[in-house]
Amino acid sequence: MSTRTTLDVSRLPTYAFGHRSLMWWGTAGMIVIEGTLFAIGIVAYFYLRGIAQEWPLSAPPPDLLYGTLNTIILLLSGIPNQLAAKAGEREDLGSVRVWMLVCIVFAVAVQVVRIYEFGALNTHWSHNAYGSIVFALLTLHTVHLVTDFVDTVVLEVLMFTGPLTGRRFVDVCENAGYWWFVVAAWLPIYFTLYLVPRLF
Amino acid sequence: MSRLESTWADSPGLLGALSTVDHKRIAIRYVVTSLVFFVLAGFLALVMRTQLARADNHLVGPDLYNQLFSMHGSAMMFLFAVPVMEAVALYLIPLMVGTRNVAFPRLNAYGYWLFLFGGLMSFTAFALDIGPEAGWFSYVPLAGPQYSPGKRTDFWAQLITFTEVAALIGAIQIIVTVFKMRAPGMTLSRLPMFAWAMLVTAFMIMFAMPSVMLASTFLITDRLVSTQFFNPAEGGDVLLWQHMFWFFGHPEVYIIFVPALGMISEILPAFARRRVVGYLGLVIALVSIAFLSFGLWVHHMFTTGLPPLGMSFFTVASIMIALPTGLQIFCWIATLATGERVRFATPILFVIGFFFIFIIGGMTGIMLGASTLDQQLHDSYFVVAHLHYVLIGGAVFPLFAGFHYWFPKITGRQLSETLGRWNFWLLFVGFNVAFFPMHILGLEGMPRRMYTYSAASGWEGLNLLSTLGALVIAASVLVFVCNVVVTLLRGARAADNPWGASGLEWATASPPPAYNFADIPVVRSRAPLWEENFPAATVVGLPDLVPTALVTRLHDAQPDHVALLPTPSPWPLLAAIATTVLFIGTIFSPWALIWGSVPVAITLIGWFWPSPDEARRHREIEIKPDEAEQRELAFGELSS
Repeated sequence: MSTRTTLDVSRLPTYAFGHRSLMWWGTAGMIVIEGTLFAIGIVAYFYLRGIAQEWPLSAPPPDLLYGTLNTIILLLSGIPNQLAAKAGEREDLGSVRVWMLVCIVFAVAVQVVRIYEFGALNTHWSHNAYGSIVFALLTLHTVHLVTDFVDTVVLEVLMFTGPLTGRRFVDVCENAGYWWFVVAAWLPIYFTLYLVPRLF
Repeated sequence: MSRLESTWADSPGLLGALSTVDHKRIAIRYVVTSLVFFVLAGFLALVMRTQLARADNHLVGPDLYNQLFSMHGSAMMFLFAVPVMEAVALYLIPLMVGTRNVAFPRLNAYGYWLFLFGGLMSFTAFALDIGPEAGWFSYVPLAGPQYSPGKRTDFWAQLITFTEVAALIGAIQIIVTVFKMRAPGMTLSRLPMFAWAMLVTAFMIMFAMPSVMLASTFLITDRLVSTQFFNPAEGGDVLLWQHMFWFFGHPEVYIIFVPALGMISEILPAFARRRVVGYLGLVIALVSIAFLSFGLWVHHMFTTGLPPLGMSFFTVASIMIALPTGLQIFCWIATLATGERVRFATPILFVIGFFFIFIIGGMTGIMLGASTLDQQLHDSYFVVAHLHYVLIGGAVFPLFAGFHYWFPKITGRQLSETLGRWNFWLLFVGFNVAFFPMHILGLEGMPRRMYTYSAASGWEGLNLLSTLGALVIAASVLVFVCNVVVTLLRGARAADNPWGASGLEWATASPPPAYNFADIPVVRSRAPLWEENFPAATVVGLPDLVPTALVTRLHDAQPDHVALLPTPSPWPLLAAIATTVLFIGTIFSPWALIWGSVPVAITLIGWFWPSPDEARRHREIEIKPDEAEQRELAFGELSS
């Protein structure tokens, strides 16, 4: 005859927000990996700059206009992004739909401007190592931008069509968290690509 | 069949096998696949040894020889050593921490399929004479567009992408499973040593692998679309490659070695019948090895003309790693010395073999870590001897120990001790006969990676001896394979806990059911199965309508919520196929990055999209966070 006691977990929630959830940790892991990728890319930029006689190598620095415009749009996109996350935590489906749509509009804007940004780099990846690393950093960031954009669109469609369960709101929050990373990763890249050739 | 069983069961047949998300089935495939690659890469080594057995031999020409050593090294590192350790962890960690699956079961399947396809691609390319040819570290300018035309190095670069993505996926699984899915009461200070080792390894993977992924991407774009990263004529730099490669490559050695340390810390206490001596010291040693390993990559570059101050720094950092390693070895000796009289079963033999061989490898490591001596020995057979002593001694011996130790749990059958002893002694003798002479050859000046040598060099005798040793190693591996096959066919049935060990993985049946544990136990000490009256409490009330797992808090492992885990699905396989098309496509055209990402996106959306049936079940058992009732374990329930 067993005398064991039991730990009843039948009334525990079946999902949770923030760092309680597995998704949060999975997303954090992705962010650490990709953050390292960005960091090493930037280190490579400075390494190449360190061995160069002049910097940028035989090219004017990238035009400030589109890069700066994108920085502003990305920072502003933080507002609907945060509102979408908060609506997700409240499980307020109506607000989630609205704010995620606004996020999508912002993401489209960033990507359109990004096309012009590529055109205003004043170099090409095949010209020299400077051109290569500049294109590499901008492409790396663009891949993240597009990925999270597609992610957001899929999630937004799901918010309209269903089938919905409570934990999809956790996905909304994690998606927003990842967008914050896309924004945050941009700032050092902007600084490196646009300001370093001018200031130092 | 109970509802728990039917919920966790895979559907029968091929589709069920391809759709499984059971961490145990996936991990067994992972282990077997990496062992097949191990045998193939070992076969390449045998061909090289046959070529070198005699002076002026022309069995193999220089071009094939280049591919042989490059493929051997790349496969051993990227397709065997790292993946096999992660694979073992993906099997054991959920059992060791007392949960029912890994944190992201479908991602786990995807990671395995990518690994498989990457390996298949690489060996197929090799068979078609497009194997890697510039060494496992593919130094530029040799590996650049000018000196390595053709597609050989591009296939190598994509092998890196495949295997590193798979390894990173494994790392995330391990971290989140260990952090958030431990049985109630298993605080971090009660975490099994192997789980600690894998946690440390997983963090190292996360910080090391991005570097080589970026480097190999730079390499492939230099070759494919004329970027100039490594072209000195256009402001690039060849040493940038070496920095980026070894920033990954040195931690890589420890990514292979640290899991092995964890295995030893699990196996020794079971045989000494006492808890491991110096648990806290061992954990600190693992963590400090991880940190130090990122600070000594330049010792691979001592001959590249770096500033003397840098050389001194990296010399000191390299030699410093002997401290935490030494600490661990003393803890293990103390465990053996103060425990009960140890029975020399096969796992223990392999651990003792590890001590012997790894310590020699460590000694030559200290020699090579001194930049002055390294200048003399660089690129000689001394280095080949050293790296095989640390990698085979430090990882393969513990791995064989682990296979013999956990095999009964995984298969429900006990490997033959007689064959196990043959396996050990052949490996031990064969290894030393094969690799010890290489120290002497290296000191005598024989450079590595040469396809033949003249009889006048006087190297023939030792090379022949080394080749004989390699054949004995092959015999040992053959004995192991026979042992596994014979045991699976008609081996003795194993008990649930044949070694009388203390970890949770021994608390369930051998082999474990799909759901691992019918009742999740509450853990009250570092050695739960050695507690009196284990388990003093078990978890009840986990929903079994869909696969679920208990999520606990990071620091104190108090119950937090119930995670609804995904069901089996063919989508991860389809997504991996789409990703494979993308990766291989980019070898031939940069546009593959664009068109190739469309099928990837489609399959990922298919993977994510919830089925109405699954959503209905989830709604049925859903409890929102604000409707829940939290209950914490009282202190008394948590200590034995």
